[in-house]
Amino acid sequence: MPDENNSPAADDVIEIDLRNPVVAGVWAWLWPGAGHIYQRRYAKGILFMACILGTWVFGLGLGSGHVVYASWTANDHRWHYLCQLGVGAPAFPAIVQSRRVRDNKEPLLNGFMAPPRNVVSDSASSWELQDDELAQWHLRYHTFFELGTLYTMIAGLLNILAIYDACSGPMILVPEDQSEKPPPDGKKKSG
Amino acid sequence: MFELLAAAVHNRLWYAIPLIVAVSLVYGATRHELMGPILNNALRAAVWIVSFMSIIFGILYVISWAI
Repeated sequence: MPDENNSPAADDVIEIDLRNPVVAGVWAWLWPGAGHIYQRRYAKGILFMACILGTWVFGLGLGSGHVVYASWTANDHRWHYLCQLGVGAPAFPAIVQSRRVRDNKEPLLNGFMAPPRNVVSDSASSWELQDDELAQWHLRYHTFFELGTLYTMIAGLLNILAIYDACSGPMILVPEDQSEKPPPDGKKKSG
Repeated sequence: MFELLAAAVHNRLWYAIPLIVAVSLVYGATRHELMGPILNNALRAAVWIVSFMSIIFGILYVISWAI
């Protein structure tokens, strides 16, 4: 993406105290924006929280809480969850629900983030599809199931950018002759 | 073309808007620290995304027209 204004002017440079970047990164993963709030970068923390969690909640709502689930069975490889997991703790209930379903226990919270049951293969007959919970969700929510999945995946991927920002500060393009190693006190200069 | 755009008004393209806003703001926030430059960068990113999507839309429309 073209971006000619990434190099800060000398008088626009400010110092950022990243505190402990590893701790900030873990917080940023666990809860979007929390890493920045830990670093006392409140405005950016709130911005990340609003954008990422807003996208996440909107997507989750589009699919009535069914678009985020953890499942890796023969007929249902839910790889999307790997992207959704980028959002951290808000995606953890899916793991709990997955374990409960695997242990033949009833899922909590009316099946919120629980994996679908009786998923059959793509080549199954329409008769077999009647018991397929995933097929029922697709039938019930139509495009919104895909849209909700997309929203929650993008929220998880956006949080990876936020984690990077919490660990390393803003990604500013500095010409090579101006680039230098960050000072040992963990502070980074930014525009 | 206009019929297609008119149909788009009533379809699910509107669901792209919150995504464009969120992606632009997060993208801008990963490149600047202060709110002013973040919003400027986000605005440019949003224009870039919409332009890119419009170009793809145009290409697909021309292709579908030829079929």
